[in-house]
Amino acid sequence: MEQKTLIKLIVGSEAIFFLALLMAFVYFTYVPTLNPRVATTLDLTTTGLFTVLLLSSSFTFWRAEVSFRRGQTKSLRLWLSATVVLGVVFLIGQGIEYTGLLSKQLTVSKGTFTTSFFTLTGFHGLHVLIGIIILSIVLYLAFLGDLDDPDSALLPSVGIYWHFVDVVWAVVFVVVYVLPHFLTPRAS
Amino acid sequence: MITDVQLPEPKTPLPGATVNSDQGLLMWISSVDHKQIGIMYMIMTLFYLFVGGLLALLMRVQLMMPENTFLAPDSYNQLFTMHGTTMIFFVLTPAILGMAVYMVPLQIGANEMAFPRLNAFAFWISFFGGLLLYFSFLAGGAPDAGWFSYAPLNQTQYSASPGIDYYCIGLLLSGIGTVSTAANLAVTIITLRTPSMKYKYLPVFVWMVFINAFLILAAFPSLNAALAMLLIDRQLDGHFFNTDAGGSALLWQHLFWLFGHPEVYIVVLPPFGVLSEVFQVYSRKPIFGYPFVVGSGIAISLLAFGVWVHHMFATGMGNTVNSFFAVSSMLIGIPTGVKIFNWLGTMYGGSIRFTTGMLFATAFLVEFTIGGLSGISFAIVPIDWQLTDTYYVVAHLHYVFLGGSLFGLFAGFFYWFPKISGRMYSETLGKWFFWLFMIGFNMTFFMQHILGIIGMPRRVYTYPNLAGYSLLNLISSLGAFLMGGSMLIFLYLLYDAIKRGKRAGDNPWDGYTFEWLTSSPPALKNFTILPPVYSFRPVHDLNHPEIGDYQKSDEEKYGTKDTD
Ligand code: HEM
Ligand SMILES: [Cu+2]
Repeated sequence: MEQKTLIKLIVGSEAIFFLALLMAFVYFTYVPTLNPRVATTLDLTTTGLFTVLLLSSSFTFWRAEVSFRRGQTKSLRLWLSATVVLGVVFLIGQGIEYTGLLSKQLTVSKGTFTTSFFTLTGFHGLHVLIGIIILSIVLYLAFLGDLDDPDSALLPSVGIYWHFVDVVWAVVFVVVYVLPHFLTPRAS
Repeated sequence: MITDVQLPEPKTPLPGATVNSDQGLLMWISSVDHKQIGIMYMIMTLFYLFVGGLLALLMRVQLMMPENTFLAPDSYNQLFTMHGTTMIFFVLTPAILGMAVYMVPLQIGANEMAFPRLNAFAFWISFFGGLLLYFSFLAGGAPDAGWFSYAPLNQTQYSASPGIDYYCIGLLLSGIGTVSTAANLAVTIITLRTPSMKYKYLPVFVWMVFINAFLILAAFPSLNAALAMLLIDRQLDGHFFNTDAGGSALLWQHLFWLFGHPEVYIVVLPPFGVLSEVFQVYSRKPIFGYPFVVGSGIAISLLAFGVWVHHMFATGMGNTVNSFFAVSSMLIGIPTGVKIFNWLGTMYGGSIRFTTGMLFATAFLVEFTIGGLSGISFAIVPIDWQLTDTYYVVAHLHYVFLGGSLFGLFAGFFYWFPKISGRMYSETLGKWFFWLFMIGFNMTFFMQHILGIIGMPRRVYTYPNLAGYSLLNLISSLGAFLMGGSMLIFLYLLYDAIKRGKRAGDNPWDGYTFEWLTSSPPALKNFTILPPVYSFRPVHDLNHPEIGDYQKSDEEKYGTKDTD
């Protein structure tokens, strides 16, 4: 109870943090008109794929929680491992994307678009990384067999954080990757 | 019904350590006790109050006469920046947190915070944030772009020394601590109240801390994001605020004041709570209009997020925007005014004891109202255009920060000193301190209203010998020295009280709330048994059963009854 309330408050506070970064991005790329290069620079399909993977980690985590409540240790470990793997794959995807951009000389100091893009997605990546570290510890505890009290608030609290990280990404994905494609008139 | 509070306390202070951490410095460093952490916050606050005060005195020496050459312009810039940053982030903010962390568990009848280790973490990370900020003096120069570090002045091309980088990191660290403590306090108040303490029985101080926790959780992320962006600008050559490369100076102002205006309420709401306790106990009357005190606190916290643009009237946002924020800024004066009347109503007809704490509380009413009035005058856009960036702003902000927040904190400090230290302080010394401090304060800052109106800009290291400037500045500097001197009396008062003070009983003021039920100072474990709560004055009910609030109707209890 206490842990969950704490995590909810922290997550609410973090949401405002991301909102500030997002507003900066929106301000630099959408105002006064959309910067048309956004749609062409970023790769919607590849990132879309990794997005699906990250979002499905919310599903695997939910399954892990269900197994936890039912006391099914085996499937708990399985679903937790899947969650960690999906998180790591997402980070690898982000790494690949960053390398691609950097090789095109699109660095943080290139302009306001890259500055706000790397800051927004970078801070999200940092939160994924933190989530993976926490999840790994939880997984380790699960393998030790220490996660056997179905009333423990540990897993639900971690869950609140992890789902939050996924929701943030869903919003970032829509604003940074998807919307620009709809808003730029397709050049023939 | 007797509620037995059982809370496990650790048997060995540092389990597994081979060193003795029962006493001495190690006990403090390893402590997770909310009272010890509260005291450490207060010591840190006091330390930075002296440091920040010293910086201010240096500035006042420079400004004592026209065309003085005591300080060079660039040192002067560093001084006012460090002074403001210190006072806001390392004096007022930790002071309210420290008082809250010490008093909230006691007042709600708990033995600890909900997360004791998080509590310790938050204190220490703020502490090191402060050290880092000051390390900048050794690392090539302190920050020099003002406490709000406006863009593009905060960029490397204008401020090449690493000062502003230390500003970012130091404030980020302490910001993380502040947010953690806010969340911790909110959870503590939600979950650890003694079972019979309903929300309508929460002491007003606890209510204000509770509201404040949400204010912190919502306001600080905006600052933290801005600081992270600024650090990226400076360290990775980013372009958020670099106007030469398409960045936006206004973005910084929006993010900063979206935090900055709520911050001024963050440091004043807990003092509001303190005053509500102080006024009722020293007037021997329950607070007048409890629901209004709480309700106006909530109203203030909501409005606080809708007024930030009044710091940006001069940026040319157009009449529509300006009018909207002018109106919202004036609106926020209403709930604040409601509170003033609550306190006056509490004093009215009470049998008042003018202890040092009560003197500070009463002075607060006057000084804070002056600050509120100059605030309202700023909300009128043309007046703001005329007076912004002059000494009138300096006068306003000191009347609200010093005459408001700090006076409130002093009132609470003297009120709770016997509880925290177990000793009584000398009222004679207290009165000397109060009067000198109060006179010094008004001498220093009242003059600055006039200086601002006759056109003296703020943040300039010297001024020409124009009519009026020299005399007013001289008075202002002398007042500052008076305040500085009175702080020495304060130090002596502390020394004297701790060395020779009479032992304070558990409840020297006949206080109303649970902290007065335990020993002074409270033992490691605050309570073992608590009486049930029937009103917001549980200890008063216990000690004065014949007039206990539990016999009264709600209307009478909350002072909402029509008496004629
Ligand atoms: C009736 C309520 C208030 C109103 C309408 C008000 C209005 C204003 C306005 C319009 C300004 C901008 C002046 C300028 O730079 O041109 C200002 C500055 C300021 N106010 Fe208030 N204020 C109020 C209460 C407070 C309180 C309660 C505090 C703190 C506890 C506070 C702290 C400050 C500070 C620190 C500044 C200066 C910021 C700077 O460095 O420029 N104000 N206020
Ligand atoms: Cu303001």
